[in-house]
Order: sequence, then structure tokens, then C-alpha cells
Amino acid sequence: MIDYQPVILPNIPDLHRIDVYEQHGGYAQIRKALGMKPTDVIDIVKASGLRGRGGAAFPTGLKWSFMPQQGEKPNYLCVNGDESEPGSFKDRQIFEFNPHLMIEGILIAGYALRIKAAYIYIRGEYETWVQMVEKAVADAYAKGYAGEKMKETFGTDYSLDIYVHRGAGAYICGEESSLMNSIEGKRPYPRVKPPFPAQSGLWDCPTTINNVETIANVPVIFEKGADWFKSIGAEKHPGPILYGISGHVNKPGVYELPTGMLLTELIYDVAGGVPGGKKIKMVIPGGSSMPPLRGDALDGIRMDADSLKEAGSAIGTAGIMVMDEDTDLTRILTRITHFYKVESCGQCTPCREGTGWMLKVLNRMLAGEGESKDLDLLHSVAKNIEGNTVCALGDAAAWPVKFAIERFRDEFEAELKR
Amino acid sequence: MFTEEELQKVEEIRSHYPTNLAAVMGVLHMYQDKAGIVDEKGIAYVAKLIDVPEEKVLGVATFYEMYHQHPTGKYKLQVCTNVSCMLCNSDMVLKTIKDKIGIGIGEMTDDGLFSVHEVECLGSCGTAPVLSLNKQYHENLTPEKINELIDTMKAKG
Ligand SMILES: Cc1cc2nc3c(=O)[nH]c(=O)nc-3n(C[C@H](O)[C@H](O)[C@H](O)COP(=O)(O)O)c2cc1C
Ligand code: SF4
Ligand code: FES
Repeated sequence: MIDYQPVILPNIPDLHRIDVYEQHGGYAQIRKALGMKPTDVIDIVKASGLRGRGGAAFPTGLKWSFMPQQGEKPNYLCVNGDESEPGSFKDRQIFEFNPHLMIEGILIAGYALRIKAAYIYIRGEYETWVQMVEKAVADAYAKGYAGEKMKETFGTDYSLDIYVHRGAGAYICGEESSLMNSIEGKRPYPRVKPPFPAQSGLWDCPTTINNVETIANVPVIFEKGADWFKSIGAEKHPGPILYGISGHVNKPGVYELPTGMLLTELIYDVAGGVPGGKKIKMVIPGGSSMPPLRGDALDGIRMDADSLKEAGSAIGTAGIMVMDEDTDLTRILTRITHFYKVESCGQCTPCREGTGWMLKVLNRMLAGEGESKDLDLLHSVAKNIEGNTVCALGDAAAWPVKFAIERFRDEFEAELKR
Repeated sequence: MFTEEELQKVEEIRSHYPTNLAAVMGVLHMYQDKAGIVDEKGIAYVAKLIDVPEEKVLGVATFYEMYHQHPTGKYKLQVCTNVSCMLCNSDMVLKTIKDKIGIGIGEMTDDGLFSVHEVECLGSCGTAPVLSLNKQYHENLTPEKINELIDTMKAKG
């Protein structure tokens, strides 16, 4: 087994408490950052190789460099904790076990990007965790780590405010432009891009959106150094990552390990293998939007952006869903499609109509009235959605269907004959 | 409707944002928590309170799953049936509830105590199957746990 000491979720009792966090060196990294030029802070994040943990693995330092350093308008930061992608349950661990790491990351990002206010967007169903984060933010304020008092605490003229915003049950709000409309109190339809958020985001002001886990990595980079960070895991997609492993495994859970682990090692060694020693039929490696992989072709696939791309999938949220040999794939694909149909905001015709159409066909198959040509129909509907929509939910709905049919045609044909 | 203390909370929410409109979700949550529903009356109340047009509040209230335009049970059993829960037998969860209180997805008991809802992934896939009871998660469910939970709620009334 791999020798690795967790840094995002270290095994320190009560680390969620601000005093314990301080005892373990907490809030020292923001002091360090405040002694640098903001652009130097961005350069360190660039040098670390950190890539976003919210789904698209976009280089964080590069994203930050798009933000104007000067301007009339205030800059904003949105920390994306919508965490509604099926198979993803990792940001919740940060809220519960290390919220101050996220807050310190917000402070560092805030200083580097001249942020006036940061909004932590948390899905409304996470009420328990919203309260944990609200407590942590209140404690940070009380200790003078946020708000006006920061200036005194750190002896600088920089300060920012941090607010928690509750979602209310809509997957689409995890999409960054929908998230901004949601915070603004509008109907949260995704926006057409360009303009990009760094030009015109929240209230038409420059805005950066980062995932919770991405932000939590930032203090770690400052503590351990960009070189250390770069040396962990996959060369082009380095650092610690929270893998969420669920479904048919003996020890489901969130595991912090380096990027680039073998998928088979994660499933068999880390998560204890499949109950009953059964074979694996399908694995979805990064949340339900990512193309599914065949269980008999997992060898050599590593959990980083490049390796998964080569294998015909994507890292997404690193939420790994494992399905054993007895899994009814028609039922799974129907359930996935049901999700995208319900969560489509309805703004674009291909997404709105296409998801409904696919669901109808899948339901027919599930009822035992499907035919082989339904698989072709599904495939062609999926291809018509892909690439033809305002936001990536369209692709997210199309990919599971398109790739499942391409890769598991034999299974679906067999299930049709039941 | 809101008490003095709650009105203060409303003001605090408003202070987080540069516009009135941005307070709408937070205040709708408060209304939903208190009234158990966001009906026409609630929409009018919230609109007036934060000084935004009613149709804006309506547009937001009807978009989200967590603001209910129709009555629900006092205890909302929101059962996740998405992939990881399905793989870990969310069918059992629904069946146990049905056997215990006689209702399925979209239904409410005659006494208005319970309603059952199918929900999307709750972000708890590692401890599947999962349900949320009035925003409280119950994880790694077994028939025993579910029966016990329902009994506790019944006793509370
Ligand atoms: C439909 C949809 C849902 C999304 N949900 C989330 C989410 O829950 N959390 C998240 O961090 N990113 C989510 N994203 C990705 C965000 O749009 C955005 O890329 C991300 O928050 C950027 O942060 P990062 O660069 O730190 O990864 C979603 C994207 C789409 C298209
Ligand atoms: S792709 Fe779907 S979810 Fe995204 S904007 Fe279009 S209709 Fe809405
Ligand atoms: S699938 Fe049920 S909590 Fe994620």
C-alpha cells in the first residue's frame, strides 16, 4: 500500500475547532501570503500545478491570472460547495473535518485576487454541514481572521468578507454561471459565455469560481511548497485528491491520496474490493456525468485527467461508482437519465427535449418492450444533445448514454432479451 | 409572520449582498422552515419583506426542489434513489417505509404526519442507502433503523 500522509483531511481529532486548527499551524499561511505581492501568490499556485477539483480540472493559477488586479468594480470569489453530482460526497468531509483549511484558502485566494467578498455556496440539503461552516466562519470572524478586524490582526490594509449561501435543491446551480445567478437571487439559468466570469460574473463584476477542495489545497501549497505539491501524484495533474468510492465495494468512503492512483488499486486495496468477490461490470470514475468504463478493461487506468482521457473518460469529481457483474445496466442508465431530465433547466431545446426522449426510450426498454434499434435511437439522440447546449449539463446527460451504448452494447442486447 | 428575532435574521441575510433580490433564497428558506410551505401567501410576504416584485420571488420559489408549493407531511422522508443508493438497495428503504406506514413516493399519510419523496443524490453515497428526514441525514439504512426512526417520529407526533 502507498505511503502517504493526508494533509486535507489529516487524522487530528477536533481539527474543525479553530483553536485546534491554530495549534496545528493554522492561519500561518495567510500571514505568509500577505507578505508577498498578490501576483507572486498567483505564481506559486501556478507553479504547484494545482488543477480544479470541481470537475473540469482547469489549472487554478491560470484561472486566477484572468482576474483584473486593478479596477473600479469589486472582485468576488464563489466557493462551489453545491456537491450534487451523483457519486460525489467529498466536499462535505472538508466542511465537517477541516473547514478552517477552506477558510484559510479563501483568505489566500482573496488576497491574491483582490476579493471583496467570498460566497461559500452550499447545497441546501447539507443543512447540518451548512451550520458547521457557519460556525467556523463565525469563529474566524471572532478571532479577527476575516472582516475589518483582519487589518488589525495581520497588520495589512487588506480585508474581505465571507458569507455562506444556501442552495435549495437544484443540481444545475453547481454550474458556475447558474451558481452566480442563484446567488444574485435570479432564476438560476446558466449564462451564455463569453463573457467569462473573470470579466463579468457576480453582479457584472470580476468573479472567480473554485471548488471547495481546490481552495482547501491552497494553504497546503503554501505550507509545504509548490515543489512538494508538484511531486505528489501525477506529473501533469498533481497533488492530494479526495477520492469518493461508492457502490459495490466493501469499504466505501472518501480517501485522501495522491492523484494518479490505479483505479484497480483504489477499488481492491483501498476500498476492499467487491462484496462476494464478484467481478466488476461497470465503473463510473468521476461522478455520473463521466463516461462509464468497462470492468474488464480497468487495468492500467490511473485516476488523473490525462490517463482517464486516454481511457475515454474524465476525472470529474473523482467520485468512483463501482457496479458488480449482476448490475442491471438498463436500470442504472434509466436512473441516470432520469436525473438529468429532472435537473435540466429547460433553457435549450436539445437538452430539455433530448433528455425526455432518452428517458422514454429507456423506460420502454426497462418495461421489456425495447428492441435493438432503440439502442441506436438512444445513441443518436445523445449525439444530438452533445455540444449543442448552453452549459455542460447537456454533455453530462449525453455522455453516459452514448458511451454506455458504445461500450456495453453486448450487455444491453442481452438485457433486451429478458 | 416572522418574530422580531427572525426579522433581525432577515436583516442579517440582506447585509450579505449588495442587492435586495439576493436575499430571496435565504428568506424563502426561513419561510419554508417556519410555514412548511411556500404558497402564494408566502411569496407575497417574502416579496414585501425584502422589497422585490412578487414575480421574481415566484420565479425563484418554483425553480428549487426545497421550496414546497404544496403541503407535505410534518415529517418528510426524502429517499435517495440515485445510482450509489440504488446499488446499495434503496428499494429496501422504500419497501420498508411502505410496509410500515403504507405510503410510497409522492404520498402522504392521512394524518398528515409523514410524506415520502424520491430525491436525487444527497451527497452521501459512501454511506448509502440514505434518507433525509426534515434535513437530517440518516445513513447506512437498514430495515431496523428505518422502523425505529418512524416509531420515534410517531411517538413525538
Ligand atoms: C451541471 C454542472 C454541475 C456542476 N456542479 C458542480 C459542483 O457541484 N461543484 C463544483 O465544484 N463544480 C461543479 N461544476 C463545475 C463548475 O461549473 C466549475 O467548473 C467549478 O466549480 C470550478 O472550480 P474548480 O476550477 O476549482 O474545479 C458543475 C458543472 C456543471 C456543468
Ligand atoms: S444544457 Fe440543459 S441545463 Fe444547461 S442551460 Fe441548456 S437546458 Fe439548461
Ligand atoms: S446516490 Fe444516494 S447519496 Fe449519492
